[in-house]
Amino acid sequence: MSKDNQILEEFTSKEYEHGWNIDIEADQAPKGLNEDIVRFISAKKEEPEWLLEWRLKAFRAWTKMKEPKWANVKFPDINYQDIIYYSAPKQKVKPKSLNEVDPELLETFKKLGISLEEQKRLTGVAVDAVLDSVSVATTFKDKLAEMGIIFCSFSEAVREHPELVKKYIGSVVPTSDNYFAALNSAVFSDGSFCYIPKGVRCPMELSTYFRINAANTGQFERTLIVAEEGSYVSYLEGCTAPQRDENQLHAAVVEIYAKKDAEVKYSTVQNWYPGDKEGKGGIYNFVTKRGICAGDNSKISWTQVETGSSITWKYPSCILKGDNSIGEFYSVAVTNNRQQADTGTKMIHIGKNTKSRIVSKGVSAGYSQNSYRGQVKVMKRADGARNFSQCDSLLMGDKCGAHTFPYIDIENKSAQIEHEATTSKIGEDQIFYCTQRGIDEEKAVALIVNGYCKEVLNQLPMEFAVEAQKLLALTLEGSVG
Amino acid sequence: MLSIKNLHASIEGKEILKGINLEVKPGEVHAIMGPNGSGKSTLASVLAGREEYEVTAGEVDYLGQDLLDLAPEERAREGVFLAFQYPVEIPGVSTTNFLKTALNQVREHKGLEPLDAVSFLTMMKEKMKLVEIDQALLSRSLNEGFSGGEKKRNEIFQMAMLEPKLSILDETDSGLDIDALRIVANGVNKLKTKDNATIVVTHYQRLLDYIVPDYVHVLYKGKIVKSGSKELALELEEKGYDWIKEEADTTTA
Ligand SMILES: Nc1ncnc2c1ncn2[C@@H]1O[C@H](COP(=O)(O)OP(=O)(O)O)[C@@H](O)[C@H]1O
Ligand SMILES: [Mg+2]
Repeated sequence: MSKDNQILEEFTSKEYEHGWNIDIEADQAPKGLNEDIVRFISAKKEEPEWLLEWRLKAFRAWTKMKEPKWANVKFPDINYQDIIYYSAPKQKVKPKSLNEVDPELLETFKKLGISLEEQKRLTGVAVDAVLDSVSVATTFKDKLAEMGIIFCSFSEAVREHPELVKKYIGSVVPTSDNYFAALNSAVFSDGSFCYIPKGVRCPMELSTYFRINAANTGQFERTLIVAEEGSYVSYLEGCTAPQRDENQLHAAVVEIYAKKDAEVKYSTVQNWYPGDKEGKGGIYNFVTKRGICAGDNSKISWTQVETGSSITWKYPSCILKGDNSIGEFYSVAVTNNRQQADTGTKMIHIGKNTKSRIVSKGVSAGYSQNSYRGQVKVMKRADGARNFSQCDSLLMGDKCGAHTFPYIDIENKSAQIEHEATTSKIGEDQIFYCTQRGIDEEKAVALIVNGYCKEVLNQLPMEFAVEAQKLLALTLEGSVG
Repeated sequence: MLSIKNLHASIEGKEILKGINLEVKPGEVHAIMGPNGSGKSTLASVLAGREEYEVTAGEVDYLGQDLLDLAPEERAREGVFLAFQYPVEIPGVSTTNFLKTALNQVREHKGLEPLDAVSFLTMMKEKMKLVEIDQALLSRSLNEGFSGGEKKRNEIFQMAMLEPKLSILDETDSGLDIDALRIVANGVNKLKTKDNATIVVTHYQRLLDYIVPDYVHVLYKGKIVKSGSKELALELEEKGYDWIKEEADTTTA
């Protein structure tokens, strides 16, 4: 440490001894980011010392990092000092059941088609709803608890299961992994935690819905899933955001840890506000998602349907460390108007006979830009590694762009890598065939696009697949004619 | 039911239809024959509303409406059906799903409730028998990897499901072996009522042994140059198109 830094640190840490210059009672942190803010967030959440230290370490790493510029997206510079990093929801008392939840809030969920009650009754999905960074409702917890499954908000996990959180947080995505992951690690507000004990098959889909509520609030969710030996879980994450004017930064981190013979299926339907037709407003979605197949024969499968956000920067990845482990990535990314998506995956083969499968379907309409970026890396000792990649792009109109950036990096000669890529346009003849049968153009496009994405949509749990299909149609509305 | 007057249509600035006149009444079967490239598919496409074709003159009245004024899907919902010469592949979309979407949009137009899954399946089962089509085929991606015969059979199956008033079959016989031809023709005949009409486009008379037309028209260079009864088809079979071409070319020359 340089002398300057030492002095600076002494000085700043001294200041903290004298108390806060931020009102701890405030529902909202002041704009901007510094160590004070990090301490404020941690204090707000009554976190243990080790977690505060962990956050501070991340924050210090972040200050030394630069925003990545390699993605195929363009946006005005983000002023990180102009963002509010913490805001609590208006609700005062934490609800024990849905009855205690603000009815207005429940109404909003209903409008978005994600009524908790209905989900509970009809689908048996346990929902941990996150609204503006703090959990407002958790259901089915008792039932899961009987099996030893832990499914709760991240904050609760920190309180109730600190040893687990401490052991696994940052074990897949280290604090200094990348600019946005470091930022998230410093200021994450809440998220979900899921732990499946040895040999347990989680009997229901675990589901979280996120949405952004207050204006000008960055959303920094953190999810940690730990699957013990021989366990299985299917996890759903979905989000919908209401229309707004200001750009909003969203930098989430998801970590999955799968041990021997464990399987984790992680599905996302992402529908953040994409901005208006001119691209004004909309969410900047910079997400780090990574899973490690730590044990032999483990499997992690990512499925994503990306329809929202003005900018998507997201590469759900798998580290295939255990022998015979399997990583999968199924993706649909739809962009319309001025949306930009740069998404894909990384499959890192470390163990022997590891397998990965990548199926990416991009759909671009309007003036949007849609890029697939994927890396397949086979390390020296990964004998018998195999990868299959299929990257398809579908173009609607001639103002949009589709790009494919595959990176293949092989250090073991026994590896078998297959890569297929296609680019096609929705044909006039396909649309005419549909309209001739009485189907209107918008429905025709939805039908054709859903058909094109079928292999990915098939990976989603039933009720989610239906929602995803509706979203695809909604996203492409007005893209023909 | 359908009255075409002096219809002219062109594509990419090239005039293909050069003044078509045709009257079709309910219950009738009209065959349109003619050598390759004479404009048969163009006529079918224009009637169905394909946008690439520009109608430059003429009128088409369909059940008292200006057909040319309707969007393709509106025409379909009003009962115009085109069995495509080259049915289009739609990957990932099953015939079942496709037809359910289509049928419900047609029903909505008629002010009917969408069919529930059970009624839809019952209806499918019934119509499947008509063209001897296999359930498995209907679950596969629409027309993808179908044999020529399967595609054509699927077209007639769709026709059976949608119960159109005016069906235009564009070379539905091409690529069919004799058994398939019989099955398809049989299906078409069973669907015939006194209220609907069929236009059969073909350049072989073979199909007309099975689907017996009330009228036969010969289309050549974008015009109907000869009309007659079903005997005309037999004459064409025997003598080919050359004499018609000569006749037409000398009269226009
Ligand atoms: N998309 C097109 N662009 C240019 N010319 C076309 C197009 N479609 C058809 N034609 C031309 O129109 C004429 C009639 O074609 P078509 O209606 O398919 O004939 P038929 O069905 O009688 O064989 C042909 O000369 C053909 O080349
Ligand atoms: Mg033709």
